[in-house]
Amino acid sequence: MSAKMMKRLPCAVLAVSALLGLSACSEVPQVSVYEQGQYRGKSDTRPWEGGEFKGDRAAWEKALKERSRGQNEYNRIQ
Amino acid sequence: MGRMKFLCDAERCIECNGCVTACKNEHEVPWGVNRRRVVTMNDGVPGERSISVACMHCSDAPCMAVCPTDCFYKTEDGVVLHDKDKCIGCGYCFYACPFGAPQFPNGPAAFGARGKMDKCTFCAGGPEADGSTAEYEKYGSNRLAQGKLPLCAEMCSTKALIAGDADVVANIFRERVLRRGGGAEVWGWDAAYGGGEQKRERKREGQS
Repeated sequence: MSAKMMKRLPCAVLAVSALLGLSACSEVPQVSVYEQGQYRGKSDTRPWEGGEFKGDRAAWEKALKERSRGQNEYNRIQ
Repeated sequence: MGRMKFLCDAERCIECNGCVTACKNEHEVPWGVNRRRVVTMNDGVPGERSISVACMHCSDAPCMAVCPTDCFYKTEDGVVLHDKDKCIGCGYCFYACPFGAPQFPNGPAAFGARGKMDKCTFCAGGPEADGSTAEYEKYGSNRLAQGKLPLCAEMCSTKALIAGDADVVANIFRERVLRRGGGAEVWGWDAAYGGGEQKRERKREGQS
């Protein structure tokens, strides 16, 4: 190996290491994008579909509304 | 039907723990799991307030957002429920919940050893067949399918805890506050059960 090449070797090594070092500075997106998960369990029936209401949604809603209003004691004393 | 919500009137709650007992009995909740509990602030100080807390069935529930197995779902009535068969007991929902609603039968054990998460279901059971034994054993009673409200609210002796459709609940509370009169600084028996209004009426009558 010639003396000229020996002189250039450290420069070459320095250049290559600088290149490798700078390669870590690339613009990689740092913010994760979260996706909304989808329910993966068993499907559920709606409360009026089974049991005593047998699909009668209106009756179920009426029953529940009456119960809800019954919590207002002012309705009871009037 | 709108959104199912709980509302606890801190002016009325007398810390009787009846709601806690009713919930435990209705769903046969095991030791160490409290789907509902009563929290008292400034205990022993005049003006102390108690409030009954359980799952608030959040409109944008953080437990649903963090669950790695996506075992949570929301019903048409706004009730947040979960599938215990999918739950791995990681406890993320517990850390995410601002109300401490998710409970684990094995307590603060290691990851995955906590057991299946258990929480208030708004007495709406779970994804098993309505009224089935499997549903009762995993999630407790399904009162909503029977056209009934959660037992904790229905049996509250002072009607501090009310449940149901958000509009109805809000209207009940609005009427109550209007009848009480006064601002947020009002507290005590008269504030909770009237008296303020009657006193003002008597005062007006005295002046005229």
